[in-house]
Amino acid sequence: MQQLAAVPTLETRALSGDATALELVFSADPRLMSIVILSILVSCSAVALAALIGLPLGALIALTRFPGREGVIVLLNALMGLPPVVVGLAVYLLLSRSGPLGSWGILFTPKAMIIAQAILVTPIIAALARQTIEDLWTEYRDELAAMNVGPLGRIATLLWDARFSLVTTLLAGFGRAAAEVGAVIIVGGNIEGFTRTMTTAIALETSKGDLPLALGLGMVLIAIVVVVNALAWTARRAGERYAG
Amino acid sequence: MRAPGSELPIVLEDVRYGVPGVMILDGISLTLMSGAPTVLVGPNGSGKTTLIRLAMGLIEPESGRITWGGIPHTAPQRRAIVFQRPVMLRRSAAANIEYALARAGTARSEWGPRTGELLALVGLAGLGERAARRLSGGEQQRLALARALARDPEVLFLDEPTASLDPAATKAVEDVIRAVVARGIKVVLSTHDLGEARRLAGEIVLLHRGRVIECTPAEQFFAEPKTEAGRQFVAGELLL
Repeated sequence: MQQLAAVPTLETRALSGDATALELVFSADPRLMSIVILSILVSCSAVALAALIGLPLGALIALTRFPGREGVIVLLNALMGLPPVVVGLAVYLLLSRSGPLGSWGILFTPKAMIIAQAILVTPIIAALARQTIEDLWTEYRDELAAMNVGPLGRIATLLWDARFSLVTTLLAGFGRAAAEVGAVIIVGGNIEGFTRTMTTAIALETSKGDLPLALGLGMVLIAIVVVVNALAWTARRAGERYAG
Repeated sequence: MRAPGSELPIVLEDVRYGVPGVMILDGISLTLMSGAPTVLVGPNGSGKTTLIRLAMGLIEPESGRITWGGIPHTAPQRRAIVFQRPVMLRRSAAANIEYALARAGTARSEWGPRTGELLALVGLAGLGERAARRLSGGEQQRLALARALARDPEVLFLDEPTASLDPAATKAVEDVIRAVVARGIKVVLSTHDLGEARRLAGEIVLLHRGRVIECTPAEQFFAEPKTEAGRQFVAGELLL
């Protein structure tokens, strides 16, 4: 049987010391690409899930008055600083075999990582959205009342009209998710080719002393965050020119 | 969908409204009937804006009773208002009107033609795709009028619609108001501008310190005011 020649991967080249950080960045190593793609998918999914929950929640708190509202706002703001390792531990306990959601069987999968990151990002999106929407509500209240717009219509209107400001909110959430390592390493397990993200890989390679790979991944991570922010900023400016 | 009944007359009976420490409106009784524009006049702080907001149904009186077509506590179905500083939704001018059409239950297929018609009515044809917040003050005021008219109102409240506008913009807004009146829509307008009251009013309600001092046909008010406050207002003297 013909022996297949071993293709030097990013990791093997880095380990052998013949690859610099920049070479790693510009090489199309499949292992690097899989790490990058998984990281983007997990973070974007987590932000999307958090937005689905956080945006309406923020709008609801902005538009309603109820006993203890101030306390809820303070709590929501405090949750923006949730320690990732604590969230990771909580999600681990929930999803572990003996945990209440153990039957789902998703511990050490990207799904668990998305859930953990979404929990971290939701308070950020909800708290920032609440502030943005409350400010806009102060401005719109009379007009919407005069047009007899109901509660759901108000929330939809405010979310839509605040969409350009909310882009910044979503970017804050994406930044949190993309930079996060503590939660995903606990619930994902940092399994190569399956749950290894850029941040967990950086942590691992640094601990192994493979600084070129860690640096290369760090550059890619920063570049992604910069590109996402630039695209969002461009879209926001274009939208504002049209909608005011 | 449209309410089947008329929202006129709007009847205020012994209405009081205040904020802690200040009585803004004190025992207002007034009937707003269909017909020529009713113009609320009086100095700043006399209660014009509060009276308009009460009659629109945006705020509740502390005491007294307000009915619309004989019914109390009705949501504004065929009432519309243009505020002194209207807020433009963060959309295009056309989308602002379409939003009001949607809220009024107008079929989507009618949005395009109706929006075009309303923009033309207020002299903004061709500016439909412009961001509403980037229009000038006068244009925004006319767009707010178009947006209010999108609700196909039976009664239109205008709270100092030309305050802070220059004469050309004021004329443009007043022309739209005349066109609105010609369509049979009841206009209730507040102003402290004597000239504007003369140009537009069919009926004058003079407010002073939260009370109705005079409520009389405009012609009679300007020819022969019944009260000293009315005489001072017509004479252009400072009404303190």
